[in-house]
Amino acid sequence: MSVNDAITVTGLRKSFGRTAALDGLDLTVRAGEVHGFLGPNGAGKSTTLRILLGLLRPDAGRVTVLGRDPWRDATELHRHLAYVPGDVVLWPTLSGGETIDLLGRLRGGIDEGRRRDLVERFELDETKKGKAYSKGNRQKVALVAALASEAPLLVLDEPTAGLDPLMEEVFQRELSALRAAGRTTLLSSHILSEVERACDRVSIVRSGRVVDTGSLDDLRHLTRTRVHAVLRRPPTAAEASAWAGVHEVVLDGDALSCAVDAEHLGDLVAALGRRGVTGLTCRPPTLEELFLARYQSVGPARAVAEQPA
Amino acid sequence: MTTGAAPVAETSRPAPWVSRLAGTASLLRLAGRRDRMLVPSSVLGLVVLAVGSAQATLALYPTDAAASQGLGALLANPSVVALYGPLPSPTADALAVVKTVMMGAFLTAVLGFVVVRRHTRTEEDEGRFELLGSGVVGRWAPLVAAVALASAAVLAAGVLSGLGLAALGMDPTGSAAFAIAWLTAGLATVGVSAVVVQLASTSRGAAGLGFGFLAAAFAVRAAADSAASGTWTHALGWVSPLGWAGRVEPYGADRLWVLGMGLATLVGGVAAGVALLDRRDLGAGLLPVRVGPRRAAPALRGPLSLVVRLARGTVIGWGVGMVLGGVLIGSLLGAVADMGRDPAVRDLLEKLGGTTGAFEDVYVAAEVHVVGAAVAGMGVALVLRLVSAERTGLGELVLAAPTARARWFGAHVILPVVLSAGLMAVLGLAIGLVGPTVAPAAPGVGACVGACLAVLPAVWVVVGVATLLAGARPRLAPFAWGVLLVTFLVSEVGPLIDLPTWLLDLSPFTHPSSLPAGSFEVLPAVVLTAVAAALVALGVLAYRRRDAA
Ligand SMILES: Nc1ncnc2c1ncn2[C@@H]1O[C@H](COP(=O)(O)OP(=O)(O)OP(=O)(O)O)[C@@H](O)[C@H]1O
Ligand SMILES: [Mg+2]
Repeated sequence: MSVNDAITVTGLRKSFGRTAALDGLDLTVRAGEVHGFLGPNGAGKSTTLRILLGLLRPDAGRVTVLGRDPWRDATELHRHLAYVPGDVVLWPTLSGGETIDLLGRLRGGIDEGRRRDLVERFELDETKKGKAYSKGNRQKVALVAALASEAPLLVLDEPTAGLDPLMEEVFQRELSALRAAGRTTLLSSHILSEVERACDRVSIVRSGRVVDTGSLDDLRHLTRTRVHAVLRRPPTAAEASAWAGVHEVVLDGDALSCAVDAEHLGDLVAALGRRGVTGLTCRPPTLEELFLARYQSVGPARAVAEQPA
Repeated sequence: MTTGAAPVAETSRPAPWVSRLAGTASLLRLAGRRDRMLVPSSVLGLVVLAVGSAQATLALYPTDAAASQGLGALLANPSVVALYGPLPSPTADALAVVKTVMMGAFLTAVLGFVVVRRHTRTEEDEGRFELLGSGVVGRWAPLVAAVALASAAVLAAGVLSGLGLAALGMDPTGSAAFAIAWLTAGLATVGVSAVVVQLASTSRGAAGLGFGFLAAAFAVRAAADSAASGTWTHALGWVSPLGWAGRVEPYGADRLWVLGMGLATLVGGVAAGVALLDRRDLGAGLLPVRVGPRRAAPALRGPLSLVVRLARGTVIGWGVGMVLGGVLIGSLLGAVADMGRDPAVRDLLEKLGGTTGAFEDVYVAAEVHVVGAAVAGMGVALVLRLVSAERTGLGELVLAAPTARARWFGAHVILPVVLSAGLMAVLGLAIGLVGPTVAPAAPGVGACVGACLAVLPAVWVVVGVATLLAGARPRLAPFAWGVLLVTFLVSEVGPLIDLPTWLLDLSPFTHPSSLPAGSFEVLPAVVLTAVAAALVALGVLAYRRRDAA
């Protein structure tokens, strides 16, 4: 591991009775980056975050957070870390303001100015009792408490679930400010546009393992580009499917649509040129395509690739 | 959902009250499934309490003469009368159940309340009703299903116990009356619970109201039973459901018609409950939630202050309860002393070889023993808040801050340990201040506070058991309630039925010195405190090693 890594996890395993929630998970979060943590429901994201906090005890694997073992050094580690849980519950009899103060004081103090700014920006009514808050407002209480801290590492489990688009925007700006200030954020999320905007790198977890990690550009690069071409001399569908890296071929008269692996895009364009291309559109994978391919246990791209065309 | 109606034409809509009950059967089945351990084991425990102790008593004292000889002195003692009600008749049958009538009526009432609350307010608190309420479930259905399950549990406990007693060869009418005593208290409480769960806005608030009601019902009947019949105070027994249970007088007057009062309260309570339901929002009480302060008080800054702050209602409620209870116990000392001066009672007690001196001391010791068990119950409830905070995810918020686990855990132990001591001291103070004003021979402040503090080691052992379970096996933590109940019953009923000494010794409540009647022994107090400390230490060790979310 490098000293520049805020979090390193190798071979992490955790079972609850018979369910294996984590099955050899590896994760590296570099210091100063916003790292997106994505995956389908039940993939093991929240479990991983709880282990990073030392709330759960790993069955196997090495976990280092800010140079510490979270299970053994949890208390010390928490001085440098702020957390928003995936399911924010508040004490029904404490007001939002009291909760923010309490969580701040537990962490050893709170920056008054920052607290005031955040409450204002998130338009939070601090006088409501925990019981009376709506879901989004509960989320805001936890967010304000976490963002008001000066912790160098933030661990956020679906922090924007339930926030309206305006508040989501406020959160995005806070996230950029955090990055500008050199703080590290691990952000679990299901909102792809949020991830695209905020994250330097992402890790995608499925069934307790990380299946892909890297910047979005890297991932895009690994995902097929859609190509639509109109040709003077179209090939047969079988011919086109035989070209290296070409999949999902659909031939409609002289129009050819297909998907192509990034490294074979050049070859395809050359082949199309030889066949007298009169129209050509190339579309990079949409975010949805990019993630769907990785969320499904057998990605559609791979499934198509395995079909005899 | 089997009762879900298919889409129907506008004209054939079911009558409103039918639709408000839609889904009751499914909910009842669901509730029965969730309580498939709690209800049968509670019912079984109650039946064993009634039938087992009666059988053991009758085996020891088979005839009326033997029974009055052996138990009369003990049970006609004014301190027992104040706690359990008067002896309906000097027969073996009546003596065999005199303690379990009232004890069981109280526990049946608790069971009824607990079941109603679990399936109404608690469900609402945890947001599960919204899930159900959006299906084809009528507005009244959850309440009606909860009341039905609770009533069935009460009915099973009462009827099976009555049948069991009759099967022992005890008087059939008396056995029916015994069942009716429990049913009256239990069903009436189910009716009251149907209202209580609408009033409070949280499950915890409902528990406070419900248990407060039961404590008040018990206090009223204790005061009534200590007064001479024909007085105004004695008549007050007719306003308490637990008083009704006592006034059935099984194996004596056998007033079977008292059941009517229980049934009327049940019906009236449910009617009032559904009326209130129609007037409030899901998840809310009748009183709107007030707004809170914008900033936290400076004192709210660590795990302990948080735990104390969250228990504010409990602390205030119990504090007030202790003052009232102490004043009541103290003021009943006059009646107890009078009863002790009654030549007929003295004569009986002397003939039977019982104690005739210092009724006041014996009475205070008996009351303090019972209140000690109640305070232990409060301690268990406070320790179990650690487990519920863990389940809801609130613990995660605190533990993700630089809070050492041991401190978070410790806060949930320190509060009940300290609070129990404070409450018992308040109780002693109240008894000691009030008692001497009505009975010259009553123990003073020092003696009463001493008596109250002497039971603390036993209370702490129970808190320790809850702590160990919460630390090591949070899923099993509710068993601490069972431990409290069984150990207390063993200490109350055990000596009557000659339970083996080793069994009595297992209960922490048999060990503390019975003050102010006896003398203070240091060794049991030290040993109990050491056991409690060891249990807590094991709990902390286990907690630090396990998952905490
Ligand atoms: N305390 C627990 N006891 C038993 N099983 C658990 C527990 N916590 C998590 N699991 C199981 O572990 C697996 C991973 O759950 P986790 O909450 O980490 O998923 P997630 O990726 O956060 O999902 P989501 O996107 O829905 O939040 C799931 O199968 C879940 O059922
Ligand atoms: Mg999750």
